[in-house]
Amino acid sequence: MRFVPGPDQLAYVRTVRRVLSGAGPLKAARAWAAGDLAPGRALWRSLAGTGLPGLAVPEECGGLGWYPAELAAAFVETGRAGAPGPLAETVALAAALARTPSWPERLLGGEELATVTDPASGYAVDPRAARAVFVLREGTLYLAAGQGPVLPSLDPARHLARCAPGEAVPADTGRLRALATLLTAAQALGAGEALLAGSVEYVAARRQFGRPVGSFQAVKHQLADVAVELEFARPLLHAAALAVRGDAAADPRDLPAAKAACSHAAHLAARTALQVHGAVGYTDEYDLTLLLRKARCLYTSWGTQDACRSAVLAGRPLPD
Amino acid sequence: MDLEFGAAEEDFRAEARAWLAAHVPTRPLPSLETAEGFAAHRAWERELYEGGWSVVSWPEAYGGRGASPTEWLVFEEEYYAAGAPGRVSQNGISLLAPTLFAHGTEEQLARLLPPMASGETIWAQAWSEPEAGSDLAALRSRAERTARDGGGWLLNGQKTWSSRAAFADRAFGLFRTDPEAQRHRGLSYLMFPLDAEGVTVRPIGRLDGKPAFAEIFLQDVFVPDADVIGEPGQGWRAAMSTAGNERGLTLRSPGRFTAAAERLRRLWERQAEPARGAAAGRVADAWIRARAYQLAGYAAASSPADPSAAPPSSVNKLFWSELDIDLHETALDLLGPGAAEIAEGLPGSVWLDGWIFALAGPVYAGTNEIQRDIVAERVLGLPRGR
Repeated sequence: MRFVPGPDQLAYVRTVRRVLSGAGPLKAARAWAAGDLAPGRALWRSLAGTGLPGLAVPEECGGLGWYPAELAAAFVETGRAGAPGPLAETVALAAALARTPSWPERLLGGEELATVTDPASGYAVDPRAARAVFVLREGTLYLAAGQGPVLPSLDPARHLARCAPGEAVPADTGRLRALATLLTAAQALGAGEALLAGSVEYVAARRQFGRPVGSFQAVKHQLADVAVELEFARPLLHAAALAVRGDAAADPRDLPAAKAACSHAAHLAARTALQVHGAVGYTDEYDLTLLLRKARCLYTSWGTQDACRSAVLAGRPLPD
Repeated sequence: MDLEFGAAEEDFRAEARAWLAAHVPTRPLPSLETAEGFAAHRAWERELYEGGWSVVSWPEAYGGRGASPTEWLVFEEEYYAAGAPGRVSQNGISLLAPTLFAHGTEEQLARLLPPMASGETIWAQAWSEPEAGSDLAALRSRAERTARDGGGWLLNGQKTWSSRAAFADRAFGLFRTDPEAQRHRGLSYLMFPLDAEGVTVRPIGRLDGKPAFAEIFLQDVFVPDADVIGEPGQGWRAAMSTAGNERGLTLRSPGRFTAAAERLRRLWERQAEPARGAAAGRVADAWIRARAYQLAGYAAASSPADPSAAPPSSVNKLFWSELDIDLHETALDLLGPGAAEIAEGLPGSVWLDGWIFALAGPVYAGTNEIQRDIVAERVLGLPRGR
């Protein structure tokens, strides 16, 4: 057993981090929110240049193979960076459509983003940015035939629309749901880690009563609790990636368990960040609040707490 | 990255499972916090030792099997899944032995470890004092140099909250050997017999009245130089290496929680509505958290040389101590009125006993408030101060 990321995975994560930090992800998210999609698209092209979507597509279909652990690690980074766009949905669709003619070429190069409705809500994320919009309903994937009004979400760099199903498309929808759930959990964990790091930095610098507010026990203890939750969500995410990879040694319940734990840890990180930042954490303009809001959106996407808990108790590999 | 056990680990698991199936008492032993139960648990330690299972991770020379960290985790999973008795030797095996391996002499290892492994010597810890609880470095009990019997130390003072001391044979703890030195300096790590001249043990009833811990009064208790661990005056460092074990995986192994979470899940499955639906989320959370703790253990065992592979010990302690209470409280709620308050004699009584045991978790080994301070300052790097 070697249940820690290997050197190749760690090296790949460093590459993804470098690409993300060079691309100004929060600036791209602000632009995305304002309707300028160009910086976000450029960021996705750079990420795709590292081979990211290819990690979800077998070699014989033009990809690099089936690497859920590496994908999860990369999406912890996109979550940490607050990168905008339906990135998890695009990669999950690339996996689902790997054997459907013409789709791998379209989705692997980084030129196109795609999105799909979360079956629990019927909403697709960011259809305005996607060249291809799909509807997932009762185990079948459809091309969207039309969509309702595009609605703003709590996360300004996210828009949602309900979509009507059109033509059915052959796809591996099990893989689609598994990967969308895994990568949403990964993004939540990354966002939670960034929220904790940003909170620690803020309370160490912010002074009241003549001392850093981070020296007060009441503040420290809240942040320590966040650190505990994030620390123990991480091994569940790793195991979930192995379950999605198809490893028999992973427990099928690891995926819903990881989604519940990562979402919960990120949600606690967000609530705590809001509290320890004081009023500035309640503002639209403070960049960390983009992650604070995204954490709440990811919390219910691709597996609510209740759906994940039910799946764990029923021994099912996917939240309904 | 993988979760595959190797063939040797699978064989080890099968061997442990078969031995436990043949030897674990079919009826639970009486509580180890009673004289009768203590004796029964000591006999069980002997049986484990004779089977070669009492200290699997120790070298063979001292009664172990030289098991790897992963094999140790496997053994613990099988041990608790089999419903085997609690380990009355836990203080010695989990707290003292690691310190001896790190700081003890060859002579000490050879003399102290085999009887610890067999249950012949059962150890109590003697850390806290009336004025030194969470603030352990405030301790006042002293050890003074004496020329008596070829050289040694005379202990004077008072220890308290000493787990197992009511029935144990020997104790280990920190004493002030340099009265001029402040706080963490000038402390030494010493061992002494609980039946030595000058030792008075006064058992203390825990919440359910059982004498799970004790006060220890020390008056000119002689300790030979051979029973000092490490250098005199360097006891704090040695003790902190033990504290890491107490807060980390070794004292509360993941197998204990995965077995309890599985029992909780089965208890929940037998419930009717509305209790079943109402408790579902908590049962699922207990399973998820026990699984997370198990996986964190696998990560730590996969990479024992890399401290970043495992949660820091204070993070661990916060996690398992709160999980332990949540898990048992959920079970008590499922058992419902009556059954949830009867500590002995019913099939469900094991949950109340477990809950009482779990309640001490956030307090001992450094309260969870102290652990949160440590996480904030040493893991997150926040400024010191309260």
